[in-house]
Amino acid sequence: MAQPSTLYDKLWDSHVVHKDEDGASLIYIDLHLTHEVTTPQAYEGLRLSQRKLHRTDKTIAVPDHNVPSTPDRLEKIEDPESRLQLETLKQNSDDFGVEYIPMGDIRQGIVHIIGPEQGLTQPGKTIVCGDSHTATHGAFGALAFGIGTSDVEHTLATQTLSMQKSKNMLVRVDGKLPVGTTSKDLIMAIIGRIGTAGGTGHVIEYQGDAFTALSMEGRMTVCNMTIEGGARAGLIAPDEKTFEYLKGKPRAPKSDAWEAAVKYWQTLNTDEGATFDKEVVINAEEIIPHVTWGTSPEDVLPITSLVPNPDDFDDPNKKSGIGRSLKYMGLEAGEALDGVPVDKVFIGSCTNGRIEDLRAAAEVLKGRKVVDSVEMLVVPGSGLVKYQAEEEGLDEIFLAAGAQWREPSCSMCLGMNPDILQPGERCASTSNRNFEGRQGRGGRTHLVSPEMAAAAAITGHLTDVRKVVSS
Amino acid sequence: MENFSVLTGIAAPMPMVNVDTDMMMPKQFLKTIKRTGLGISVFYDMRYDENEAERPEFILNQDAFRNSKILLAGKNFGCGSSREHAPWGLLDFGFRCVIAPSFADIFYNNCFKNGILCITLPEAQVEALTVQADGSDFSVDLENMQITAPDGSVTPFELDATRRHNLLNGLDDIALTLQHVGKIKAFEAKQQASQPWLYT
Ligand code: SF4
Repeated sequence: MAQPSTLYDKLWDSHVVHKDEDGASLIYIDLHLTHEVTTPQAYEGLRLSQRKLHRTDKTIAVPDHNVPSTPDRLEKIEDPESRLQLETLKQNSDDFGVEYIPMGDIRQGIVHIIGPEQGLTQPGKTIVCGDSHTATHGAFGALAFGIGTSDVEHTLATQTLSMQKSKNMLVRVDGKLPVGTTSKDLIMAIIGRIGTAGGTGHVIEYQGDAFTALSMEGRMTVCNMTIEGGARAGLIAPDEKTFEYLKGKPRAPKSDAWEAAVKYWQTLNTDEGATFDKEVVINAEEIIPHVTWGTSPEDVLPITSLVPNPDDFDDPNKKSGIGRSLKYMGLEAGEALDGVPVDKVFIGSCTNGRIEDLRAAAEVLKGRKVVDSVEMLVVPGSGLVKYQAEEEGLDEIFLAAGAQWREPSCSMCLGMNPDILQPGERCASTSNRNFEGRQGRGGRTHLVSPEMAAAAAITGHLTDVRKVVSS
Repeated sequence: MENFSVLTGIAAPMPMVNVDTDMMMPKQFLKTIKRTGLGISVFYDMRYDENEAERPEFILNQDAFRNSKILLAGKNFGCGSSREHAPWGLLDFGFRCVIAPSFADIFYNNCFKNGILCITLPEAQVEALTVQADGSDFSVDLENMQITAPDGSVTPFELDATRRHNLLNGLDDIALTLQHVGKIKAFEAKQQASQPWLYT
């Protein structure tokens, strides 16, 4: 019998085009997602070397990062640089024959939201994009990872990438998540445990009831933030939920091809007896809602905790790191996280901008009001998410509560469009990075789940959503 | 890509851990459609104050380090976003080599694509080099895989053979891959036969 393999081994082995003597492999890429920020220089490179695309049917382009979230976005984009970058994407896509989804199209949205929605994201595929959150697509059992612009150019020109195989890492979470704990809390707890470099050099496979119990949306949230744990890709083996999600999606296989595809997809899991280079086991029952306090996603704690004190740490690097973070964040050591006042609340991004996230936030907001001191932005991840939310009347709940209901884009996740934090402003955000200046220079980000974000909007401060819902 | 043989230059010490690519190149500079011109913006918020005046305490604003070519960095250097604007900025500033105890994967890869050599060394060795970084010249020899510090001490390093070869010769990755275009097409034919739904 063949050696037992992990899911990652299977995905890797089935895409090797060529292997060098020194171990680097040429890996075939089945789907290339492109957006305006990381592609202009790649096309410039192709033009300079007079190269064409190896093939055009495995690449799709969609504008997202620079797209304003305001209703007048089709008529005017104030920032000339943003406008030029968006026009460049359209021009390059046209010139090189790549399918392009324009801003006014209902399918437009954040690149990692539209791939699954269109059924382009499928189990067994290799998927790349010039964006580190490409890890999202691993929720379908696809090998998906972010690449830089040079590799975007390489993929356009050759439909392959030259790479070294990563190591296998297993994160196993057994048991049931307590009520009030979401997929976002789950992945933040994992990052808190392994650290932002915990997965470096590895591909993480998530196994255990905690993941199988999640919806596809929840699984995407988990895989999305895998990069925050240092691993380029996260994987969850496909199952009936995966197939159910994909069935009937515009670009999913149809009729006979569907049957054949599912049969193949069912083989995509880790064999019994396969070994991992690194394993982490966590108990789901102990995870409660989490929030970040510092400027790295690993600076995360349960909402019931106190802000850490640098003096409690021996490691001098750690000590000075925490001190620096607290200064930036404007927090006192020993202060309770529950109660820290916020100025803004952001719901959206490729981490938490899907329909389920909006439903969850609306559920908390229903019949309640955003406090006057807080500005709340709800930005659906795609035109289709927005449409679905409006069908369900979620927009009315948000508007009635006093939140703003916006158009799909990356928005305040990184503030390349006009949605940014002002210096010193504090935000409860459902995005994925709390780096210094990420949401605007001097802005202070606390990463939370959509439920926790809604709770912060109602109370005006970081708080435990479980208290809000039960009151 | 410019080839890399022996690099002699000033090494700037920056021993912070988890320096992310947002810090190296904040989002407002990602709107460019060019690779060049980003050197002036690298480490922007650490380098300039609110009025865009230089912060004198920042290492690259000190005269001895303005022309640094080597960066002595901390653990997990380059984590976060995949933006290649970060290495483009380093390169445009003049850096051709970064030495750190560990690097984030995507950043590491992006650097080599742009002719920047990343060297991973144990923390203690990076610290030992950092102590000597007073504005004097270091020398990094890729052929012989060793770093010579100002005091003459030599630190050997390791690097995988492909990266070393490509960097030494300044090889264009795409041209190398296109030598295998026959294999790529054969792979496609085989995959199309077994998974036809991928080709509709
Ligand atoms: S939503 Fe944020 S993390 Fe996701 S692709 Fe956009 S900018 Fe990147």
